[in-house]
Amino acid sequence: MGMHGTSQPLLEVEDLSIGFAGDQGVIAITDKVSFKIHPGEAYGLVGESGCGKSVTCLSLLKLLPVPGGRVLSGRILFRGRDILKMTQEELRSLRGGEIGMIFQEPGAALNPLWPIRRQLLEPFQYHAYEGDPQQRIRSLLDRVGIADPDRVLSAYPHQLSGGMLQRVMIAMALCLNPSLLIADEPTTALDVTVQAQIMELIEDLRREFQAAVLMVTHNLNLVAQYADRVGVMYAGRLVEEGPVDDFLRNTLHPYSQGLLAALPRLDAGSGLMHPIPGQVPRPADYLSGCRFRDRCPHAFEPCGQKPDLFPAGEGHTVACFLHAPAGAPAAAGATA
Amino acid sequence: MTTVQAASRAAAAPSRQGAPLLEVQGLKTWFPVVGGVLRKTTGYVKAVNDVTFSMHAGEVLSVVGESGCGKSTLGYSILGLTPPTEGRLTLAGKPIDIGKPSSWNGFRKDFQIIFQDPYTSLNPRHTVFEMLAEPLRAHGICASRDIPDKVAELLKKVGLSPDYMHRFPHAFSGGQRQRIGIARAIGLNPKLIVCDEVVAALDVSVQAQIIRLLMDLKSELGLSLLFISHDLSLVKAISDRVLVMYLGKIVEAAAAPDLFAHPRHPYTAALLESIPTLDRARRPKLLGGEIPSPVNLPAGCAFASRCPRAQDRCRKETPALFRADASEAACFYPIGLPPVP
Repeated sequence: MGMHGTSQPLLEVEDLSIGFAGDQGVIAITDKVSFKIHPGEAYGLVGESGCGKSVTCLSLLKLLPVPGGRVLSGRILFRGRDILKMTQEELRSLRGGEIGMIFQEPGAALNPLWPIRRQLLEPFQYHAYEGDPQQRIRSLLDRVGIADPDRVLSAYPHQLSGGMLQRVMIAMALCLNPSLLIADEPTTALDVTVQAQIMELIEDLRREFQAAVLMVTHNLNLVAQYADRVGVMYAGRLVEEGPVDDFLRNTLHPYSQGLLAALPRLDAGSGLMHPIPGQVPRPADYLSGCRFRDRCPHAFEPCGQKPDLFPAGEGHTVACFLHAPAGAPAAAGATA
Repeated sequence: MTTVQAASRAAAAPSRQGAPLLEVQGLKTWFPVVGGVLRKTTGYVKAVNDVTFSMHAGEVLSVVGESGCGKSTLGYSILGLTPPTEGRLTLAGKPIDIGKPSSWNGFRKDFQIIFQDPYTSLNPRHTVFEMLAEPLRAHGICASRDIPDKVAELLKKVGLSPDYMHRFPHAFSGGQRQRIGIARAIGLNPKLIVCDEVVAALDVSVQAQIIRLLMDLKSELGLSLLFISHDLSLVKAISDRVLVMYLGKIVEAAAAPDLFAHPRHPYTAALLESIPTLDRARRPKLLGGEIPSPVNLPAGCAFASRCPRAQDRCRKETPALFRADASEAACFYPIGLPPVP
C-alpha cells in the first residue's frame, strides 16, 4: 500500500473510451477512463452492472466482442507499450503470458469438450517455457489447493464444482508467471466460503509472485479486504479514485457514499441499508454534465456541467463539484 | 429517511404465540439418482432431509446456506411446487396430503412466491397487465370490470407507474421486473410469501430498494416472509429468526440477534467469519474443504469433515437439533456452551 507510489506503473489506462455499434450508430459506453496500476498492487474497479467496468477490463487485452465493441479513443500502456497498437503476434505473447485473466463464470470460460489437462497445457503452446509443462501444471494445481490433481486433470469441466473450476482458471492464468492478473468478478458465482478460499489464494499468489491484480467487482466488501487502490465507476465514468484506506475513511462522491449506504452490513450492529433512488441509466440515456445528478441528494446548479476528477487528498480524486477546489469555478473546466 | 431496519422492526416483534401459520415436521424431499441401462435408482439426493420448523403470522424467517444446501427446495416443497417425499406439512392450521398435488390448491392464494431471477420468471409474451390480472381472475379476487383498477393499484403499491401496464417484461430493468413479481404475489392478499433469493440478481443500490419495498409491504399488509438467501449480511438486516441449513438439514435455528451475536454451530460461525466486510482490520477466515456429495452423506454429523471442533463422537453419532442457550444447534460441542451429554 502506497509503497509503489514512485515506481514505474505496470499498466496505464489513459482516457479510454469504448463504444458499441447499435441501431443508432456507435454509443459510447465508457468516457475517458484513466487509472494506473503499479507492480504488485491490487486495484479494485467497482461499480454496478452497466457501468463499463467489464468492457474496460476486456479491452485491456483487446478482447472486446466483435463485431460491435471498439476502442474510440485513449491509450492502454503496459510497461510503457501501447496494447492498442500491438500486432496479433505481440498480443498473443501478452495474453496468458505476462497478463493472466480470470473470468466471472469459470463454467462458461473453459472449453466443455476438453479435459482440464489439455486446457491447462494450452498456454504453453503459445509461449516459450523453460521446464516441463506437465510438472508446472501439477505444481500449480497443488498451489491452488487441489488435493487430487490426477482426477482433476483428466476431468471435463462439467465434472467439477464451481470452486474447483475457478481454481483451475487461476492455475491456468498463472502458468507463465504473469505480472498482471485481471480478475473479472472472480467470485461472484461462488459461495462465501469458497469465495474466501479463492480470494486468499489470489492474495497469497500476489505476495509470492509479486503480480499486480486488477479486480473488477460490484462487491465493495471484497475491495475493502483485498485491494490497495479503488476506482468507482458510474455510467461509464470513473467518479472517484484513491487508496482504499482513505476512500473508506473519507468517501467523497455521493455515488460512492450511496453504494456504501446501500450495502447490507455484517459488521455494523444497526444493519442500515439506504437505497439509492432511481436506477442506473442505459448508455443512450446518459445525462449531460454529471451523470449521477438525477439520483444525487446534493445535486446543485454546477452539476449540469461535466465535473473533472478533482484532487482530494493524497492520490485521491473525485469527480464532483462539491469537492471542486476553491477558485476553480465549476463552469470553467466543463465541456459536458 | 427511514431505514430498512426501522421498517422491519416497526411492526413489533411478531408473536410466537397461538397457532402457527406454517408447520413443517420431518419434511424430506429426496430426488432419485438413476443409473445404468436399466435406469435403476442407485441412490437419492437428500435435498431436504428431515426438516422441522414453524412460522407465525407477521414473521420474517430466513433460511440461509450455501448452494446445494436445500434451502430453495425447502421453499418449493412447502408450496408443493416440488412435492415433498415424506413428512407433515400444515398450512394455516390445515394438514396437507403431501402425496396429492391438488391438496395445495386451496392454499395457493394465501401462500405465494417471488422467484430469484426476474428475467426468467416473467412470461416474455404477456404484458404486465395480463400477468397481474391472471391470478386475480383465477382466484376471483375482484369483478372483471374492476381488474384494471386493481392492477393499477398494485403497480402503484410497488412503485411502478400504472402507465406501464401494457408493456412487456423486456421493457423493464431487473429491479422493475422484481417489482412486477412482487405485485403479482401481493395481488392475492397472501398470508405468506416465499422469497427465493429475490435480490440476488440485482445491483446493491436496487437491492436495497426492493428489500425496503418488501419490508414496507410486509408491515402494511401483515405478511409473513420466508426469506431464502445466501447473503447473511442481508438476512441480518431483515430477519426475526434464521434457520441455517447444511446438506439438507437445519444445523442452527435462532432469533436473528442471537444467531449473529452468538453463533452456536461451528458451521454458522464459519459462514459468518468467511464473509468479507468493510473492516480492513478483520480478515475473512477460511473454512477448508468442500461440501460432501448429498448423495453419499457421511455417517455422523455431515459437517464433521470440515469442522475445526469435531471429535470422534461427531463421526459416529448424528446430532439432533439440541437447545443451545437461546438457540438450537445440531452440534454436540456448541460454541461457548458445555458439550451435549
